[in-house]
Amino acid sequence: MTMNVYAIRAIYKFEMSRTRRTLMQSVISPVIATSLYFVVFGAAIGSRIAEVEGISYGAFIVPGLIMLSLLTQSVSNASFGIYFPRFTGTIYELLSAPVSYMEIVVSYVGAAATKSVVLGLIILATAAFIVPLRIEHPVWMMLFLVLTSVTFSLLGFIIGIWADGFEKLQLIPLLVITPLTFLGGSFYSIDMLPPFWQTVSLFNPVVYLVSGFRWSFHGVADVSVGVSLAMTGVFLAVSLAVVAWIFKTGYRLKA
Amino acid sequence: MQPTISVTNLSKTYASGFRALNHINLDIRQGEIFALLGPNGAGKTTLIGIICGIVNPSAGTIRVDGHDIVAHYRAARSLIGLVPQELTTDAFESVWNTVSFSRGLFGKPANPAHIENVLKDLSLWNRKDSKVMTLSGGMKRRLLIAKALSHEPRILFLDEPTAGVDVELRRDMWRLVRSLKASGVTIILTTHYIDEAEEMADRIGVINKGEIILVEEKTELMRKLGRKQLTLHLEQPLARVPAALSAYNLELAGNGGELIYTYDERGDRTGITALLQALPAAGIRFKDLHTTQSSLEDIFVTLVREKK
Repeated sequence: MTMNVYAIRAIYKFEMSRTRRTLMQSVISPVIATSLYFVVFGAAIGSRIAEVEGISYGAFIVPGLIMLSLLTQSVSNASFGIYFPRFTGTIYELLSAPVSYMEIVVSYVGAAATKSVVLGLIILATAAFIVPLRIEHPVWMMLFLVLTSVTFSLLGFIIGIWADGFEKLQLIPLLVITPLTFLGGSFYSIDMLPPFWQTVSLFNPVVYLVSGFRWSFHGVADVSVGVSLAMTGVFLAVSLAVVAWIFKTGYRLKA
Repeated sequence: MQPTISVTNLSKTYASGFRALNHINLDIRQGEIFALLGPNGAGKTTLIGIICGIVNPSAGTIRVDGHDIVAHYRAARSLIGLVPQELTTDAFESVWNTVSFSRGLFGKPANPAHIENVLKDLSLWNRKDSKVMTLSGGMKRRLLIAKALSHEPRILFLDEPTAGVDVELRRDMWRLVRSLKASGVTIILTTHYIDEAEEMADRIGVINKGEIILVEEKTELMRKLGRKQLTLHLEQPLARVPAALSAYNLELAGNGGELIYTYDERGDRTGITALLQALPAAGIRFKDLHTTQSSLEDIFVTLVREKK
């Protein structure tokens, strides 16, 4: 057996069925929350804000808002997916099965990323009803959507293995990812900041994700799209390296 | 014949420094029921955990049907089914889905007919669409067995399979284990119920403080270590054993009303005839007698106590 395709399919199906069971929490809640952002920042406050880089404020924030949901949902879906079997003890079955570490990661992260991509597209469709929208580079938009979902699902997977309690599952999304996303140019262009804070912002990895994603919509970016893509690739590589280390050492999985 | 499982010099020391297993050597034969006995914390679950891939070994090697469990983990693990001690289940899934999930996880294509048979054998068929959380404790135990059997393993580990289940279910499980053995499945069970091992096992291993202290055919073990005792119920109680009977190493019990003679039934002469002839000469009359044989439990307790 070179690859346990049945196991990948079983885990993927299991995780997707969890999404269906928790449809309200997995899909509907983020859609409602994002729609409220559009209503408040796009339609209400946005109507009093001048255009940003020639784009109406409502349309300008669409990529950032999608990215905000994408990052938090990818992390929370993937972290919960692997943490829950650890918490209940059903992880014994996964560890005793003829499944390679790569197959475990592909199936869990694949399922979490699928949910995120679907969620991102639903939010995009929702946004199209509220604000006028155009997508200049749809292929690049999908590429950033998929790459970001996979990368942050991997991060979520790592958090799900690292966490030893439910509160820790929420720690990184609440204390790290949400602030970085808010400060990563979701609601503004970093060109609008004083020079010092522009430099500080360049240390925020989310800036590159939002910038690249926004470029695929509007053709304008805070940093060049090549740099955005490269940075996304770097995050992906780092996350993969950490996951490989976890499975090599059995960290928090095997005594 | 090549053993189904071969454990060589296996040791495990946890990060805390606790040495759970110490140079374990053990061979499990194909098609046998092997009972692993030992007190709490002896290392039974750690040993099973390492063979199944849940716990990392510190040293030593394990081969399952000739496959190294680390280098050829796919081949080794696909042969094994594990029923864990704890009732760990996917509470929100249906019985059918969770058993089908296990089959897929172990690399087998869907086979609804097999899953149906397993669920019927374990009296879970009428609950196939129920969520796991709605099952009773006994049903959850059976569900764990169904999950372990879903991929048609050739080796089945049962870690305390009948803990907390009622007598009827226990007997059902014994029947199931026997039918699995009849179909050629090798079964390794740990249990605290010595009568379970006595009833089921072909061979018995005793583990204590991380060391295997004995591996023996059950019947041979009973024969080797099983003492027989003759108890004589006396008409008149005795204050002490008469000197004329000192050669028989008799014990007094029941406030002097019982005289106990311990003997080895394997010997050519048990000494019973001579003793019974010597009693009247010593002025002792008895009104009743009976013999008893050590149970596996007595043997186990003796072994573990000797090692303390």
